[in-house]
Amino acid sequence: MENLLPIIFIYILVDNFVLQQFLGICPFIGVSRKMETATGMGMAVVFVMAMATVATWSLYTYVLVPFNLQYLEIVAFILVIAALVQLVETFLRKISPTLYQGLGIYLPLITTNCAVLAVALLAVRQEFTLLESTVFAVAAAVGFSLALLIMAGIRERLELAAVPKMLQGSAITLITAGILSLAFMGFKGMMTL
Amino acid sequence: MSNVYLQDFQRGLIREIPIFRLLLGMCPVLAVTTYLTNGIGMGLAATAVLICSNLVISALRNYFPAQVRIPCFIVVIATFVTMVDMMMEAFVPALYERLGIFIPLIVVNCIILGRAEAFAGKRPVLRSLVDGLGNGLGFIVALIVLALVRETIGAGTILGPDPETAIRLFGDNYQPMLIFALPPGAFIALGLLLGMVNYIYKRLNIK
Repeated sequence: MENLLPIIFIYILVDNFVLQQFLGICPFIGVSRKMETATGMGMAVVFVMAMATVATWSLYTYVLVPFNLQYLEIVAFILVIAALVQLVETFLRKISPTLYQGLGIYLPLITTNCAVLAVALLAVRQEFTLLESTVFAVAAAVGFSLALLIMAGIRERLELAAVPKMLQGSAITLITAGILSLAFMGFKGMMTL
Repeated sequence: MSNVYLQDFQRGLIREIPIFRLLLGMCPVLAVTTYLTNGIGMGLAATAVLICSNLVISALRNYFPAQVRIPCFIVVIATFVTMVDMMMEAFVPALYERLGIFIPLIVVNCIILGRAEAFAGKRPVLRSLVDGLGNGLGFIVALIVLALVRETIGAGTILGPDPETAIRLFGDNYQPMLIFALPPGAFIALGLLLGMVNYIYKRLNIK
């Protein structure tokens, strides 16, 4: 129990998934052009990550470990995640077609968002309990969304700035991410588990 | 005939080099390039998976039902990643330790699934093999370039951190510019490299 608050703090700010651990860079660059899509992506990731971690954690503890099948973890985890993403996609298409249009190709790409698989793997490797894993997944996803939203805000303003021609687009985004990451390094060492 | 193969090969290596042109598969590139050895190890591991999965997927392409082809691709890729993961743990434990979670994460590397979906799932075996080789080499080149920049500036060595292979470039009095070994340096170095690549491609008129 006493681990929960530190986990939240660490994975949102100190060890931010995008800016400190380089997980989920593709969607971070790809969907951070507009605030609207960034918000949608962020919510989708929070939802998928929490569900995926609960599912993979249970699968690992109650199926893979008792049958001594730990070596199957990569295959099993990615299949669970792929199925879940499909579910969210179908769900979203029914509930909110506008959001579905906005996210476009990036929703199926949550499957290949390395942050989702990384959360599932790290939760098992760090031997978190189910409650800790869930909190860890939500915190990591919130950290991801936070980075995504900050980036979307900056990029909306960058549109108006005079960027050197060669650096336009992804190059300037990466450099901006570097400066953001520098800012987040201020939290480094504040807390460890 | 051979012209087709040459085109397949150089598409992944030059025209659509995944990191610099398509911005796919960035996570491992940013994460492991603190040292050249890590970069090369990561590149070889991912290339091995890419070539094997391209081969198997294109050989089995007529047996995958169209609606569930992506899960099928993922299972093939995940199987090869598991194999690479175990082999690296057994034969190069030190490197395996340093690359950490990024070895299992090869499964979700967009380049591999991207090639499976866009190329290997529709084309014959030999062309898919050549395509895998080209893209794998392109990935390795990107890793080497970024790792060279970051290790030279960030640690002042080449082929570190193992003291037996490390070559100290600037003598003992060099104070490394630590920022390049840390996350912010990775982003900034790749951003600047990307700008440089854009410039070169524009000057050489490569579309």
